[in-house]
Amino acid sequence: MKVAVCVKQVPDTWAEKRLRAEDSLLDRESADGVMNELDEYAVEQALQIVEAAGGEVVVVSMGPERAAETVRKALSMGADSGIHVVDDALRGSDAIATATALAAALKGRDFDLIVFGSESTDARMSVVPAMVAEILGIAQLTFAQKVLVDGSAVTIERVTDYGFDTVTASTPAVISVVEKINEPRYPSFKGIMAAKKKPVETIGLAELSLDPGVVGSRASWSVVADFSARPAKAAGVVVSDAGDGGVKIADFLAEQKFI
Amino acid sequence: MRFESMHDELRDGVRAVCEKFDGPYWRGLEPDGYPTDFVDALTAAGYLAALIPEEYGGGGATLTEASVILEEIAASGGNPSACHAQMYIMGTLLRHGSEPQKRDYLPRIASGELRLQAFGVTEPGAGSETTRIRTRAERTADGWRINGQKIWTSRAMHSDLMLLLARTTPYEQCAKPTDGLSTFLFDMRDLPGLTIKPIPTMMNHNTTEVFFDDVVIPPAALVGEEGRGFRYILDGMNAERILIASECIGDGRFVLERAIAYANEREVFGRPIGANQGVQFPLARAYAQLRAADLVRFEAARLYDAGEKCAEEANMAKFLASEASWAAVNAALDTHGGFGFAVEYDIERKFRETRLYQVAPINNNLVLAYLGQHVLGLPKSY
Repeated sequence: MKVAVCVKQVPDTWAEKRLRAEDSLLDRESADGVMNELDEYAVEQALQIVEAAGGEVVVVSMGPERAAETVRKALSMGADSGIHVVDDALRGSDAIATATALAAALKGRDFDLIVFGSESTDARMSVVPAMVAEILGIAQLTFAQKVLVDGSAVTIERVTDYGFDTVTASTPAVISVVEKINEPRYPSFKGIMAAKKKPVETIGLAELSLDPGVVGSRASWSVVADFSARPAKAAGVVVSDAGDGGVKIADFLAEQKFI
Repeated sequence: MRFESMHDELRDGVRAVCEKFDGPYWRGLEPDGYPTDFVDALTAAGYLAALIPEEYGGGGATLTEASVILEEIAASGGNPSACHAQMYIMGTLLRHGSEPQKRDYLPRIASGELRLQAFGVTEPGAGSETTRIRTRAERTADGWRINGQKIWTSRAMHSDLMLLLARTTPYEQCAKPTDGLSTFLFDMRDLPGLTIKPIPTMMNHNTTEVFFDDVVIPPAALVGEEGRGFRYILDGMNAERILIASECIGDGRFVLERAIAYANEREVFGRPIGANQGVQFPLARAYAQLRAADLVRFEAARLYDAGEKCAEEANMAKFLASEASWAAVNAALDTHGGFGFAVEYDIERKFRETRLYQVAPINNNLVLAYLGQHVLGLPKSY
């Protein structure tokens, strides 16, 4: 089984992030880059699938030069090879443009499964896996808390607000996973050393035969019009209960449009 | 703070393991609990077997890489002393052990099935003057019979194997004091006549006294040739010095990071205390000392890995790093004021832990004596 796992480098979750004044894009230099946490679960899942069924795991990432660190991390966890899509023209890509580039990188490589984390900690849109599946014209099995692969049949438990749905598709398919699915492994010492020797293909738009006009900020459907720093935390409201505490809290919540 | 940025991926890997073993975990082990879960996690991820060659199931790491592993454990707030002995004892087995010994032990050490943590050298009457040890190993029909006593044998309660230095020829009968000593590697579990007695100390170090009363070990326990054990042990000491230096650098990084954050955040008289030179300069000075020690440590490790002589650099690295981490932890304690003495800040724990390395595994005065005599060509001073 040939499994691709798509990973994204995101700013360190705990770091204070900044947007650049000139183009409203994330200032990637302002924080350390780390692998998107949910993508670690995706890598773990891809590795488990291949450990059970045999085959190979290819890690795929789109991002600037330093996203190569994230590809390397997935390799140190155990993936076999990597594809790093890097091109200045990709800068500022929104979800659709990103899905377009990723789909182009994945297309024609005969992947049976393409595994994603269900969202990234910087964008939090949860749409790229579905978009990639749509562009490639294959099934999408998203928000999986459990994955079972039996030959060419893939069954997942899809998390919903009320529990889960059991959804089945045949390969090739896209899967996105939630954090309940597994416990990602640490990169082992041997894994880190071996990762240095594993092949990583670095490709740009030319190799993907993609027109620069279909990706990047100019092609993006969504743009950041404006941004401002989050206002400082205001002091909370203390509700004294003189028999009417419940009503006062309900009024407060209604006023803040929580209820 | 900028420290040596080499081996970023390795550092990240070690940190990933350490993340789950935070301040409360280490504090919870005080005064004498052993971090079994941590050591198991480190073993499972292959870090503790880093120095074992790949053909025996290990990681095939350089000493430089091993030193980075221990440094990062310390820099995360953990205490690498719980398992560092496995790394520095390894050299004697790797270089002087027989092929059957390596095949028997190394794969099982690499998998975590066997722990090699106990290194029996020092005795109540023989510390820095190692050749004066009195523990005897006598050849018998069925192996070796050991009688004597070791002290400061750390982690003996948490080790399956012991590397032991014992006299096989009495001191008086040897041409040189360094002759007549032999090294043994054996399974110390359930050995009749072997008694381990813990010694409570100011830091959690799981150190012990070990008594040998007619303990019989098999003939195959002898490492290398009889009578050459002192040389085998010496061989591992440069590695040990470099690894200890790395732990000190990690300790220094940890306490400086905490102290800097506190100095920027804590306000007194309407401004952060770090704005005061009395707080700021000791931190800056300690940082400079740590950086310098770090460079000497990497130079020592580079020479060691290249198979070149490194005794001067290894000794200097241990000396500089232990002094620097002590400067750093004192500055951090002063910076934190009363809070530095509160257990939950982890500063007082590091204060106790890092103080050891000016005294052990070799006293810094003996490092100076070595440098004075063997590097500078001055008369012997002891």
